[in-house]
Amino acid sequence: MSHKVIIPIGPYHPLQEEPEFFQLYVEGEKVVDIDIIIGYNHRGIEKLSESKHFDQVAFLVERICGICSSSHPYAYVLAVEDILGGEAAVVPERAVYIRTVVDELQRIHSHLLWLGLAGHFIGYNTVWMWAWKYREPVLDLFEMVTGNRNNYAMLKVGGVRRDIKDEDIPVIKKTLDELVPAVKMFEGAVIDDPVIRARLEGVGILTREQAIDYSVVGPTARASGLDMDVRRDDPYGAYSRLDWNIIVEKTGDIFAKTVIRIREMQESIRIIRQCLDKLPPGAIDADVKDIPPGEGIGRVEAPRGECFHYIKSDGTNRPVRHKIRAPSYMNVASNKVAVIGGTISDATITLAAVDPCYCCTERVAVMRRDTGAKVMNGWDLIKLSQEKTARLKEEVNNGRIDRG
Amino acid sequence: MDIRDKIKEKLGSKITGWHEHSSRRVYLNVSRQDIFGVAEFLFKQAALRFSTASATQIPSGFEIVYHFSHDASGTMYSVRVLLEGAEPPAVDSITPVCSAAEWIEREMWEMMGVNFKNHPNLKRLLLAEDWPDGNYPLRKKED
Repeated sequence: MSHKVIIPIGPYHPLQEEPEFFQLYVEGEKVVDIDIIIGYNHRGIEKLSESKHFDQVAFLVERICGICSSSHPYAYVLAVEDILGGEAAVVPERAVYIRTVVDELQRIHSHLLWLGLAGHFIGYNTVWMWAWKYREPVLDLFEMVTGNRNNYAMLKVGGVRRDIKDEDIPVIKKTLDELVPAVKMFEGAVIDDPVIRARLEGVGILTREQAIDYSVVGPTARASGLDMDVRRDDPYGAYSRLDWNIIVEKTGDIFAKTVIRIREMQESIRIIRQCLDKLPPGAIDADVKDIPPGEGIGRVEAPRGECFHYIKSDGTNRPVRHKIRAPSYMNVASNKVAVIGGTISDATITLAAVDPCYCCTERVAVMRRDTGAKVMNGWDLIKLSQEKTARLKEEVNNGRIDRG
Repeated sequence: MDIRDKIKEKLGSKITGWHEHSSRRVYLNVSRQDIFGVAEFLFKQAALRFSTASATQIPSGFEIVYHFSHDASGTMYSVRVLLEGAEPPAVDSITPVCSAAEWIEREMWEMMGVNFKNHPNLKRLLLAEDWPDGNYPLRKKED
């Protein structure tokens, strides 16, 4: 296409994960094309990993993402343990349960984070404040259990680095008990709210066929009717010994993605409770000496979907190749089909529905198709999105839309 | 028929190596001219999910491993293609079969210098626009 492109110089926050640049091409209100440009924050971690020894790499990959910062080290240690014969053969039982607790606490805080941002994008700032309010006690649990609110440094090849103390278990349970009504409230607030339904139903649809074609993962895939979850399909941790459900929806719209994330938090709470009740006694790590030559694949179900790590070892103390594929790598690419055909006012929430990050949306630019002139930036788009919600709210209140 | 047997039977002689590292990790080798057909079968007919691909520099050239996931059995089928001999390394793009491969092929092209033939949109993904041509950051530097 021969568009005259003007790139706005945006606030590129290097602190946030995955800064991305979306360039929307529009005709009137309708989005007709999109360019997705990534790489602003590429840090060369795969290359760096080749210069670290196996114990150091876990700390390195923890810094890929500050939100799902146990998923990357977990997938990495699983890849190394795959070379050694698998997690079940190497890691003591107690450590396996502790890994599962950390993995699920992380899912809760990540989904609450997303819920707050989604609320903000559609003009529900109360949802934003409340979701983040309830996220805070979860971060406190992380501080108590791991010593850190983010970048937990819990995972190591062969086990975990810190034990869960007996006296901490009632505190974790109490915090989870208090979280249950909050998650219930969010579920009710979203599913029963006619405005949110009118705003999110049928918007940003990713069809089942498109989801397969782009091989999307996690809640994005499950919202389009694909029944997949690494925790069940390729079990790691203690998941195969626990009772929990995978939430799948069929419509592929943003409403489905929202419902899935809220219900997954309830499942995460169930999983953690069972882990704490069943927590076996014993060691929390095994003494792993050398990593033999070979290759291993580790994957975990991060809050955003399958997180994939591939390790190739030549028998030295460093990996010769370390391939990392984060879930958003697959999900963000699918925006190409989810956004096109929708309106500009739906673009921010559609791009955000795969749960990339806040700063991503801030650097959206809208081009008018005829001239290529830049007409809007990210903040304008968020405002547009919030105005649409306000309009719908009025229509619902006046009885012009009868939903829910 | 079990998916493993189905893959073995349908791909037949295209499989030049088969290694089961564990019950859920299967590695198979195919030659470079067969990868398009193999990917088409695994993605379209066998309905495997394309997880990602990894390119590695090896002493004799390069190897690309395409990781396909069969979620119903939780098994990774990792298809290895060796690109040995004359520079520059090149192989058919599998993006026309599955859109999911578009980004990772662009990444392997810019990072490792592997050319993907018939890729619909082979341009830089992660590297900056002013990064020098012909400098592939994931290649091993010669001492």
